[in-house]
Amino acid sequence: MKANKRQSVLSAFQEIKSRAQSQWRGLGDGGKPVIMVGTATCGRAAGALEVLRAIKGELKKHRLDYPVIEVGCMGHCYAEPIVTISKPGFPPISYGQVNPVIAERLVREFVLGDNPCLEFVLGALEENELVPSFSDFPRARFEQKTILKNCGYIDPEHIEHYIVNGGYSALVKALQLKPEEIIAQVKKSGLRGRGGAGFSTGQKWEICRNAAGKPKYLVCNGDEGDPGAFMDRAILESDPHSVLEGMLIAGYAIGTRYGYIYVRAEYPLAVQRARLALRQARKLNLVGRNILGSDFSFDIRLFQGSGAFVCGEETALIASLEGKPGTPSYRPPYPATSGLYGKPTLINNVKTLAFIRHIIGDGAQKFAGIGTERSKGTAVFALAGKVVNTGLAEVPMGTTLRQVVFDVGSGIKDGKRFKAVQIGGPSGGCLPESSLDLPIDFDSLTQAGAMMGSGGMIVLDEDDCMVEIARYFLEFTQRESCGKCTFCRLGTKQMLEVLNEFTKGKGKIEDLDMLIELAEDVKAGSLCGLGKTAPNPILSTLRYFRDEYEAHIKEGRCPALMCRDLIAYYIIPEKCERTCDACVGTCTVEAISSHPKKRYKIIDQKKCVKCGTCLKSCPPQYRAVVKLSPPSLVPASK
Amino acid sequence: MAEEKAKVKQQTRRILGRFGRKRGNLIPILQKVQGKLGYLPREALLEVSEFLDMPEIDVYGVVTFYNQFRLQPPGKHSVRVCLGTACHMRGGYITLDAWKRRLSIDRGQTTPDREFDLDTVACVGCCVMAPVTVVDSKPQGKVEPTKVDGILLSFKLEKEKRGKKRR
Repeated sequence: MKANKRQSVLSAFQEIKSRAQSQWRGLGDGGKPVIMVGTATCGRAAGALEVLRAIKGELKKHRLDYPVIEVGCMGHCYAEPIVTISKPGFPPISYGQVNPVIAERLVREFVLGDNPCLEFVLGALEENELVPSFSDFPRARFEQKTILKNCGYIDPEHIEHYIVNGGYSALVKALQLKPEEIIAQVKKSGLRGRGGAGFSTGQKWEICRNAAGKPKYLVCNGDEGDPGAFMDRAILESDPHSVLEGMLIAGYAIGTRYGYIYVRAEYPLAVQRARLALRQARKLNLVGRNILGSDFSFDIRLFQGSGAFVCGEETALIASLEGKPGTPSYRPPYPATSGLYGKPTLINNVKTLAFIRHIIGDGAQKFAGIGTERSKGTAVFALAGKVVNTGLAEVPMGTTLRQVVFDVGSGIKDGKRFKAVQIGGPSGGCLPESSLDLPIDFDSLTQAGAMMGSGGMIVLDEDDCMVEIARYFLEFTQRESCGKCTFCRLGTKQMLEVLNEFTKGKGKIEDLDMLIELAEDVKAGSLCGLGKTAPNPILSTLRYFRDEYEAHIKEGRCPALMCRDLIAYYIIPEKCERTCDACVGTCTVEAISSHPKKRYKIIDQKKCVKCGTCLKSCPPQYRAVVKLSPPSLVPASK
Repeated sequence: MAEEKAKVKQQTRRILGRFGRKRGNLIPILQKVQGKLGYLPREALLEVSEFLDMPEIDVYGVVTFYNQFRLQPPGKHSVRVCLGTACHMRGGYITLDAWKRRLSIDRGQTTPDREFDLDTVACVGCCVMAPVTVVDSKPQGKVEPTKVDGILLSFKLEKEKRGKKRR
């Protein structure tokens, strides 16, 4: 770029930035408190919109026009809905598990009065004398937020808030560089694709840049199909501009003007916010023709995936962009040389692109200084399952599983015992306690029989059956198999049937060897990642939890008391309080009645659907309802 | 019936008018049509295949490949039980059974009175609220069999209230 053009880009951006600054400086001015409500999907599921309404209503009642801002997800999903109040004279304080009643109280007592309602405090955003801050949390020692830094702290629906927080300055910086220089930076950073496979991002960019054929395309892969993973959703909902900025830089580096964001239709809010972000960026000439007056033009279109897991695979994703059924095709040629409509196409995951602004903005050195030898930077995990602090965590590569589960996640719920952590979704595996000290990076996890995957981490405790979880994933991959490769289409079906028999207490011990053999065949005989990794959940559970399989097959017993065909609910007469009717009333199929004379409760095993409602409703002082496996342990009723 | 078909055609054409005639637009077109009509009736698909100059079978192939598209009319309320890993491990399958039992339909079906349709979704990404059911595009957390009954009851009460008002 010529020097005068360079100058005009800088001044154009400076103008946008100062306008954004004056707009957001006005917000906290004049001693007005600012209220932020987290309204990402997880917050909404917990009732954030009702809380938002309550706050607005209460403010209106008192004729106050204080700004109420909707923000994204802070990662503390266990504490949703979260409300943060910044009031002059106080540190900004976040409140957890807020309901409409608490919300109204916060407005009355803290916003209007001077009582910060310490009983509802989750933590303060800054260190202070009054309340513990998030940086005092034990997890803060392990977390290192990079791409989650803005999430939950900025308003995703206002581009100005992103710009005020340093947004789009990496793009401006990139526009001053040559594309080759950018690629060199990304290569130097050591960034590897966060979609799961871990291919070097810089190398991919270089291949695509050097590939012959025009036009080129750039696709942001937000088809986060792994059940149990929600990092991409959270980023698109909480900080969509960071992804756009990454795309712009990538587009400039590989030399294209056509970009697509591919988002799952199951994420309506992510779609909505990405679309809004695009509109706003276009308005400020950050997307579109001659961006900021430079020679670089780049437009982005949003494409909604239609609910096919296999479309996360890049060749299948391309097929669906072309309006075809999403079936993968043979690689090579890789999309980077021949992709969408046969043209060079760069496909990067949402998180990969979100890292770009940090690498360009802060320099490759900083990024490369984090993490392990071969896996640089931070990793984002979605912690879910039986862990206390469910939510999002961003830790440096090389952090151990134990630190993530026990320090960041605060261990297992309800004092139960840790059993395994399922990582990498349907392509990953279950790692047992002995693997907990494994440093997490791309290579170590693959070696242990799991996979980095996109970052979903489901913690399992003693109540979770490992045969059942393998069966669950097989059911998923079998249903989502596109049917192109015979081994994947029929092999997953056969494996699922064997596992179905196991969970019913049928099946033979020889089936285990057959299963392993079949698993190897499916791996070898499938084109894409779906089939190649589908057997992983079986192989890893068999490797670490073979005894559970054997208990199912040999004894018809489910050690975790989960498989419904192998358990029965039973009310211990001696423990039943007799006058209490809690279980009778809540039973969803009216299977519980009183003994005609002695009044203790009896479950009609023929009617029982094993939903477990009685067990949950039995008051804790009695604990009369138990699960038994095998079901033959239930004594004949007298 | 013929009138309804004509209306479907007209609505579909109006949507098609906003798109270019290239195959890459097939999925966005189908999404828009389903967004408008609630499902993809035969007449609409025929219109789409003509518009894009594609064999009907290829349109049908795409429609049946993706989970998002439905060929049956939806119910007034949509029930989507999340069967993501976290939901499954926290009893999503039990919740699904409860919905099936109460609505007397299987996944992918609509109740005869067209009040509810039931389906599953692979993961809506709010795993921390597991088990989740998305009712009328609002994700509801911790939906266990008793909450299923609660949700159904609230719909029933609402309907009764509306019925009274009308009278």
